[in-house]
Amino acid sequence: MSLDRAARERLVRALAASMIEHAEELTSLDQAIGDGDHGLNMKRGFEAVLATLPGLADKSLPEMLKAIGMTLVMKVGGASGPLVGTFFMELGKALPEQPARADLVAATDKAINAVKTRGRSEAGQKTLLDVLVPVQAVFAGGGDARAIAAEAAQAADRTTPMLATRGRASFLGERSIGHMDPGSRSASLLISAAVAALEFEAIS
Amino acid sequence: MSNSSSGNVGIVIVSHSSKIAEGAADMVRQMVGNAVPLAWTGGDTDGGLGTNVAGILEAIEAAWSPAGVAILVDLGGAETNSEMAVEMLAEDRRARVVVCNAPVVEGAVIAATESSGGSSLAAVKRSAEEFYA
Repeated sequence: MSLDRAARERLVRALAASMIEHAEELTSLDQAIGDGDHGLNMKRGFEAVLATLPGLADKSLPEMLKAIGMTLVMKVGGASGPLVGTFFMELGKALPEQPARADLVAATDKAINAVKTRGRSEAGQKTLLDVLVPVQAVFAGGGDARAIAAEAAQAADRTTPMLATRGRASFLGERSIGHMDPGSRSASLLISAAVAALEFEAIS
Repeated sequence: MSNSSSGNVGIVIVSHSSKIAEGAADMVRQMVGNAVPLAWTGGDTDGGLGTNVAGILEAIEAAWSPAGVAILVDLGGAETNSEMAVEMLAEDRRARVVVCNAPVVEGAVIAATESSGGSSLAAVKRSAEEFYA
C-alpha cells in the first residue's frame, strides 16, 4: 500500500470529520454511562490534529500516525486521549513506510495490544477493545472494507447489553447494561472513516 | 501550582477539577508547610472538567525532587493520563515517579506527611495506599 500525500490528507480529514460530525451523539452516549465529555474530547483532539495540516500530511505514513497519536494524547484528555493516542502512536511505530497488508495487520495487532496494556483491559469489559479486537479478527482474516466497517458497527452495537467492568461506566454496575459504550462507538466511527478514505480494497 | 526546593519526595495532585486539586494542595500545605515539593493540576486543556497530559507533565516538573515524585489521582482518566505522562518523561526520571492507588485528598495529605519526614518514594506510596487497605 502506498499512500501518497493526497491520500494521507484525505485520511486525516475523514477521521476528523467523523469525530466532529458525531460529537453530540458520542457525548449523549457518554452522558448515559460516563461523564458526558467523550464527544467534546474527541472533537477537540481531532480539531487539534486538523490544525497540524498541511504539514502533518507531508510526513511519511508512520511519522504522521505517531504525530496524530501525540496530538490526541495531549489534547483529548479523559481516558480516551491516552487510549486512542496510544493506538495511533504504536501503529506509527510498527508500520514500515510502504506497508503491505500483512504489515498493516501486524501493526494494528501491536497497537491493540498497546491499548490493552495502557488500559489494563481486555475485550469483554465494554470498552473500545470490544470493537478493536473483533474488527482485527476480520481484518486479519482477509476481510474487505465493507466487512471491516460492518463488523465495526456490529461490534459497537454488541456493547449495548454488556456489563461494564472497566472505565467510568463500571461505577454504574448493572446500570451500564442497555447503553452502547461511547468509546466503542467512536472507535467504530474512526475505523469506518479510515477504510472508506483508504479505498481499502486497493490494499493488497 | 506551588513549589518548594527540598530533598523530600515531591507530591503531585491530579484531579478532574482544578478546584479539587488546588483545595487538596491547600490542605497539604497546611499540614506540612513547605517541607515537600508540591504541585497540582486539574481540568482539560479548555479549562473544563478533565485531566490532561501536558498539565501533568508540568506539575511533575514543578514538584520534581531527586527523591522522586508521588502522584495522587482521582478518577480513571486522571490515572491513565498520569501513567501516560510518566512514560513520556526522560528515562532517568521515569523510574522515580509513581502513581498511587489512593484517594486523592486523603492520599495526598498522608503521602506529604510521610514525605516531610524524609521517607523514600516507596514508603510514601505505601503510606498513601494503606488508606485503601
